[in-house]
Amino acid sequence: MTTDQSSTADLLETLVARFPGLETSAYRGQTRVVVGEPASFEVLSFLAAAGFDLLVDVTCVDYLEYRGATRRYGLVYLLASTATPRRLTVRVFVDDPEPAVRSVVGVWRSADWLEREVWDMFGIRFVGHPDLRRLMMPEQFTAHPLRKDYPLQGRGERHNFPVLTREDG
Amino acid sequence: MALELPENVVVSRLDELANWCRKNSLWPMPFATACCGIELMATGAAKHDLARFGAEVFRFSPRQCDLMIVAGRVAMKMLPVLQRIWLQMHEPKWCISMGACASTGGVFDTYAVVQGIDRFIPVDMYVPGCPPRPEQLIQAIIDLQDKIQREGTITGREFETRERQLRKRALVEAVGPLSLDAARNPVIQRELRFPRS
Ligand code: SF4
Repeated sequence: MTTDQSSTADLLETLVARFPGLETSAYRGQTRVVVGEPASFEVLSFLAAAGFDLLVDVTCVDYLEYRGATRRYGLVYLLASTATPRRLTVRVFVDDPEPAVRSVVGVWRSADWLEREVWDMFGIRFVGHPDLRRLMMPEQFTAHPLRKDYPLQGRGERHNFPVLTREDG
Repeated sequence: MALELPENVVVSRLDELANWCRKNSLWPMPFATACCGIELMATGAAKHDLARFGAEVFRFSPRQCDLMIVAGRVAMKMLPVLQRIWLQMHEPKWCISMGACASTGGVFDTYAVVQGIDRFIPVDMYVPGCPPRPEQLIQAIIDLQDKIQREGTITGREFETRERQLRKRALVEAVGPLSLDAARNPVIQRELRFPRS
């Protein structure tokens, strides 16, 4: 992937000047910014104003029992700019209990379903989301299945249905 | 006085007549949720031509169907839909569970996939395979036609009663999830003791 290195470097400089304490790193031309949870909304809105007008994806990684990990959930925001070939990854770490982060639906409309998916699968609450319902699992479902402490075969939810016989119609 | 029938009259039972009509005009409800559905479509298409067996009228309204073909894995969110569609179909109705996923969950032993639709709705025919070839599905339909002709009744007495189904299900629950370890698998042990001829 080609990215415009010089303008990304400029942007990172402004970003770090504006929000001291941000960690940045680059790998094969892809730039990553690690943000503390309280400032995540400000950083993301700043980036949106700085030209990242497309939120490509919001997803999450559960680092439970991951070697060397200190925090549990790592949210991933993939940003892109449609006017310039720039891309940026923003990581936000949150922890149990009650992992929560401020919603960015007001900044990018595409965050709506993406955040609902992360809520459904990982149980991370997006504060300020207009309609934070489950996206994939049925509404009666109570667990968040992509968490590492949720068993692969579930806790019996898949067997929890009425049995229809021939006489039921 | 001996009753003489003209030569062009055949005597039969009403059941036989009903079965003959039913088996030759099965209207499938294609409940195609995954890759097996592609084979189901191929079965209905020109090359394999399900019309040869009188079962080509796929309808997407359960009210018009009498053969549910479940082709593909059924997610736990989908199961209530499947059950509702099954209930909406008119009697007499039959169900074919097509493929490994519909019959057992297949390779998807996860929280989201129902491990065999026969846990929750009645099934008449199972088609093994991942996916089964159209020929296999056609064979299942032919077998189902035989079954209808042999055991069908106009009042539907042949359909299993609730007690029989519940007894079968209790057996499944008593055995529990089967172990791959032959020493601990009662089914394998029974096979070893009473080998099938
Ligand atoms: S049995 Fe195989 S082909 Fe059929 S739905 Fe399952 S995975 Fe797909």
